[in-house]
Amino acid sequence: MARFRRALLPHPLLTLLLIVTWCLVSNSIALGSIVLGAILGVLIPILTLPFWPDAPKALRTARMVGYMGVVIWDIVVANIAVAWIVVTRANPAMRSTWVVVPLDLRTPEAITVLAGTITLTPGTVSADLSDEGHALLVHALDAEDPDAVAREIKDRYERRLKEIFE
Amino acid sequence: MTATLIIDIATAVSLVIGAVFTFVGSYGLLKLDDPMKRLHAPTKAGTLGVGSLLLGSILAALGRGEPSLQEVLIVAFLFVTAPISAHFICKVNLHRRSCDTPPAPVNDTTWSTLDTPPTGAPKPS
Repeated sequence: MARFRRALLPHPLLTLLLIVTWCLVSNSIALGSIVLGAILGVLIPILTLPFWPDAPKALRTARMVGYMGVVIWDIVVANIAVAWIVVTRANPAMRSTWVVVPLDLRTPEAITVLAGTITLTPGTVSADLSDEGHALLVHALDAEDPDAVAREIKDRYERRLKEIFE
Repeated sequence: MTATLIIDIATAVSLVIGAVFTFVGSYGLLKLDDPMKRLHAPTKAGTLGVGSLLLGSILAALGRGEPSLQEVLIVAFLFVTAPISAHFICKVNLHRRSCDTPPAPVNDTTWSTLDTPPTGAPKPS
């Protein structure tokens, strides 16, 4: 039974996400669009399985929602801070620097979410991953102390992602 | 009457906020002088700018009595795809050495973009 489920629905959450996405695209929750969404939600994970063979083992969805709330709040706060820096600060006065963030996360999905979060919050852009995946290179627009930026990223996002994914 | 008025005001406020942040993003793109610094400007316009404009669109549709949530989908797709294009622009900058050389990573030997074979090495026959 479990094998049958894994063959039909290799990524159950992706299936659910595709159904919700299809309902939003067609902007209706009529039975017809749910059925069509379900067909797509079964077919697409099976067809894309070679690109994503291993599903993350545990995913705490409730904490994921809390994490998204934290990120949206940070996006708003950092937007205002960075807009202020861009408008008021002269170019040479910006202390833009590289920041090296050592990673405790090991799952590729968690590292991807962390890198995306860093880019979405203004003021920091994730630039590169080290060759073995143990460190993340981040560019900060205006940072007094690169180590403090790295500590904040680790404490604010990475710790939460570790609870969600690992 | 008052409900539509409140929705109209909220729509106008979110449109103005979105326009301001999109403008600051474009201004930053012009003003900043370094390729890596310039990358920070569009992330602002792309997150709060577009997000706020789309919030205005949701509110306006709600005020007309035909609620729509397709804007949520636009924000979701934008938030998923924007970091990837920014990441690739970063990689091009690193690859062409058009920015400061980054410090060495901890625990590992080098960054994956800089991990190229030395130039002028003999080709394997």
